[in-house]
Amino acid sequence: MDKEERHIFSVMVENRFGVLARVVSLFSGRGFNIDSLNVAETHDKSVSQITLVTHGNAQIIEQIYQHLNRLIDVIEVTDLSAGTHVEREIVLIKVATDDAQKRTEILQTAEVFRGRVIDMKPASIVLEVTGDEGKLEAAINIFSTYGILELARTGKIAMMRGATN
Amino acid sequence: MELSGAQILVDSLKREGVEYIFGVNGGAAMPIFDALYDENEVKLIPMRHEQGASHAADGYARATGKVGVALATSGPGATNLVTGIATAYMDSIPMVAITGQVFTDFIGSDAFQECDVIGVTRPICKHSYLIKDCEEVADVVAEAFHIASTGKQGPVIIDIAKDAQKNETLFQYPETVDIRSYKPQMHGDPAQIAKAATLIKEAKKPMLYAGGGVVLAEASEELRELTLKTQIPITVTLMGLGAFPETHPLAMEMPGMHGSCCANYAFTDADLIIAIGARFDDRVTGDLSKFAPNAKKIHIDIDASCIGKNVQVDVPIVGDAKNVLTELNKLVDTADIDPWRDQIQEWKQKYPFEYEQKGNKVMPQYVIEKIYEHYSDAIVVADVGQHQMWAAQYFKFTEPRKWLNSGGLGTMGFSLPAAIGAQLGCPDDTVVNINGDGSYIMTIQELVPAITMKLPLKIFIINNMYLGMVRQWQELFHNKRYSAVDYHDNPDFALLAQAFGATGLRVEHPEDVEPALLKAKGINDGPVVIDFIVDEEENVFPMVPAGKGLGDVIRGLS
Repeated sequence: MDKEERHIFSVMVENRFGVLARVVSLFSGRGFNIDSLNVAETHDKSVSQITLVTHGNAQIIEQIYQHLNRLIDVIEVTDLSAGTHVEREIVLIKVATDDAQKRTEILQTAEVFRGRVIDMKPASIVLEVTGDEGKLEAAINIFSTYGILELARTGKIAMMRGATN
Repeated sequence: MELSGAQILVDSLKREGVEYIFGVNGGAAMPIFDALYDENEVKLIPMRHEQGASHAADGYARATGKVGVALATSGPGATNLVTGIATAYMDSIPMVAITGQVFTDFIGSDAFQECDVIGVTRPICKHSYLIKDCEEVADVVAEAFHIASTGKQGPVIIDIAKDAQKNETLFQYPETVDIRSYKPQMHGDPAQIAKAATLIKEAKKPMLYAGGGVVLAEASEELRELTLKTQIPITVTLMGLGAFPETHPLAMEMPGMHGSCCANYAFTDADLIIAIGARFDDRVTGDLSKFAPNAKKIHIDIDASCIGKNVQVDVPIVGDAKNVLTELNKLVDTADIDPWRDQIQEWKQKYPFEYEQKGNKVMPQYVIEKIYEHYSDAIVVADVGQHQMWAAQYFKFTEPRKWLNSGGLGTMGFSLPAAIGAQLGCPDDTVVNINGDGSYIMTIQELVPAITMKLPLKIFIINNMYLGMVRQWQELFHNKRYSAVDYHDNPDFALLAQAFGATGLRVEHPEDVEPALLKAKGINDGPVVIDFIVDEEENVFPMVPAGKGLGDVIRGLS
């Protein structure tokens, strides 16, 4: 009962002004946690998808689910952690490269993570790495040994495997 | 013909069958007030403070079951509505609050009397709309009324920019409302209902626990049927009083902090609790770890997020109480629980609500008993505090929508404006406002519209010259350090009533209580205020101290 679990919610909402504020203030108002948050339009312009990572015990997770559902502008809530799903996140990492040898090493390491170079300057490289949480954490760990100058993450996006409605 | 947004708003309210709008005028709402100026169908009731407007709309809704409507200007007008909106939200009262907003081009510029009302009210309303275009008005009003009055009811805000009020367009009111993201679950799952019936059959010590949701769902008849058919003892919460007649032998009266010992002991001993439209509020359960330790729980509620919020539930049933009870009633029979019923009767007889007469003081409970004797059919609107608890304990409600009070938010100042709304909504009923000396003065200005409209309100102040409930806690838990609760400097409320233009009476002796109440009965051309000067330090008992279990109820100080 008291075991904390990480859950990913996919929240389909009306693509209207103020909807995100309603979702977020629900979390702050009731003391729920948001670990990561991603919002964007879907293929249907009238619908936005919020992908929200949170944690809590089973009772809290149930409350989060029910309270999200209670918001008028929420069309559908899916607890993706309840089934098999795929999840991805993009991280941009700016790594310091003060000499050529270090740069070569960084580029090789990036390859291991299927990372892409999206900018290169004499003293720094910006890499893009895509993956699930484990992969990104591993990449960030390794690159931090070279010195990370800046880092930005998109927050997770996720969907159920297989055909859904 | 093209109409202004303000006119469309008023015409839309007509389509929703709105009889009254309670409001206070101001800059950003002037076009709406202008449209109401020569309007006969939707009557504008000017209040003296926006808080009064929202409480009046709320009181109207509680008494009638219809949506109450409040109207205010932007900025301070809107923020003054907030307490009333939060009050309605906590008790799930259907309300539409309309606020004027500055011109669209000024929004976000910190313009004069600008306030982000949508932001301010976000956590205290069911939904909200900002209208920037007059084209949206009709659709928004239709949606707002639909949302406010269906599912778990609650307040909806319509914030409308001044240019959207002034600009003109064609009026076309939607015939139906269909919101794809809003489909309240009205019918309970039959399998769950069957499970509930089985638990009821197997229980040896079952009890019914009904709350305000039964009143809101108009399910009192179905609740009565369930209770009478099963002969299971029932406790009805502060919010539900009247959903089942308190005078019936199966009624254990109100549970919780100041509830009956019988109901609280029953919770502690029960093996099955059937909760209907009640939310296991902390004022009902006391210390959750000690609450109903032996009981399985069936929880019927329209709001899925309410189930499992405070206690673990064995059989959750999401649905409208009226529908669910109708189905459940088909599956249940008289419960074979004679020893349990005998136990309940024993507790009931052993621990009734009681008080001691102190010398020649006017005891507050005595005043309530006498009010009950002479106004048993009235709609009683109580405020918040000791008088509210005494009224709940000593007035025996037998019908729903006859007891109105702010149970969830506990808003002092609620009752006088709410009584105005109730009286307008139910012109043939006698409306009794039981108030406290602390709460009365919080919204006393609303005596003015009551007098102007000649509303025959019976305003009875249980005046102990203290913020009594807080004083009680200070006596019990703060070594009698009476910080900021001494109200001996209040004005003479009888004289003050006269200064306002109402009838004002002052009662200081027990023998004068009844004659004053009888006199009030005869005054029907306006409000009558009776200031009952009662024993100053009488406490509300029984009492379950905060943080204690229901079994630890204090029956009295002696």
